[in-house]
Amino acid sequence: MSSDFSLDRRSAVPAVIGNPADFLIIGGLSGSAKDVGSLTNESPNVYLLGGAMGAAVTMGLGLALAQPTRRVLVVSGDGEFLMNSGSLATVAYMKPANLSLLCVDNGCYGETGNQVSATSRSTDLELIARGSGIDHACTVQTGSEFAAASKLLRHPDGPSFVLLRVNNGPPPDYRRNFDAVETKAAFRRNCL
Amino acid sequence: MDTEVIKTETWAELLYDSLRELGITIFCYVPDAGHRVLIERSISDNNVISVPLTTEEEGVAFLAGAHLGGKRGVLLMQSSGVGNCINMLSLINAGRFPFLTIVSMRGDFGEQNPWQLPMGQAVEPCLMAMDTLCLRIETREDIPSTTEAATQMAYKSDQSVAILLSQKLIGAKPF
Repeated sequence: MSSDFSLDRRSAVPAVIGNPADFLIIGGLSGSAKDVGSLTNESPNVYLLGGAMGAAVTMGLGLALAQPTRRVLVVSGDGEFLMNSGSLATVAYMKPANLSLLCVDNGCYGETGNQVSATSRSTDLELIARGSGIDHACTVQTGSEFAAASKLLRHPDGPSFVLLRVNNGPPPDYRRNFDAVETKAAFRRNCL
Repeated sequence: MDTEVIKTETWAELLYDSLRELGITIFCYVPDAGHRVLIERSISDNNVISVPLTTEEEGVAFLAGAHLGGKRGVLLMQSSGVGNCINMLSLINAGRFPFLTIVSMRGDFGEQNPWQLPMGQAVEPCLMAMDTLCLRIETREDIPSTTEAATQMAYKSDQSVAILLSQKLIGAKPF
């Protein structure tokens, strides 16, 4: 694995997101759900997926279009972004100003034994985002880039995309809620 | 304009108007000839969000997100797209999200393209296996009542509901 995958996600993800209360957040399954759950303690502005891999980006798009005055953040891993990379085209086509995407790219499938993913060998998801039509995009490989990335996630004329390259170490040790009905109800009570 | 086109626009206009009266303000779809009129109406309707998708499963997650944000939507797809949605319906099922889709059938009554038969015939068993209720429309007269029933079951009772538009209604495409 190349040296640009060096950041520790347990500190890098909170640093890039900043204050999570600035967003309505959709968290992708497995590692990303733990990243977001640990940061927010699953506050009611957060909905974490536990399956349905590939859902996170378009779920965030639906939320962003339904709530155009709120800022929506999707946090997910390289595995999920690769699975439904076409959804980046759907986001770019709709061009929601209030949607930001954060890809926690560890170059592997951490939940299933760290099998390498295409991003560690050949695929650049920032280029896929840009090629799809998401113009506000950046890649973060060092701590000196955190502040700019955090600002990009709050770009007033989105959508925006941040590719956060991290090492293949574990996500935070966090036991998240898997009750998708309960978390849906809490989210809607808070949001609507 | 030939008689087939007039017939199509009549039932499709009625279906679109029914959905709008029931508070549907988001239409997402992978383009399909059977849904042509609904898609065009949604694009030209200033009070509707019209979303072209790259694959049908995006629409399942998209509508769940829209529900988190308080909006009612519908996924328009051809029967072949149902197969693309199956695992994504886990989200609907696990979270008891309301879900409404309208499926224009191929591989159904009078189909002339053998490639359409496998998925067309599998639509109902696949959807039922994922706890999606299937309501079939075969005549124009059934459109308002079935559309209302499906929409209420989805958005009042938090059910996953598919309206299947039979080829008896939309016609079998000649090849």
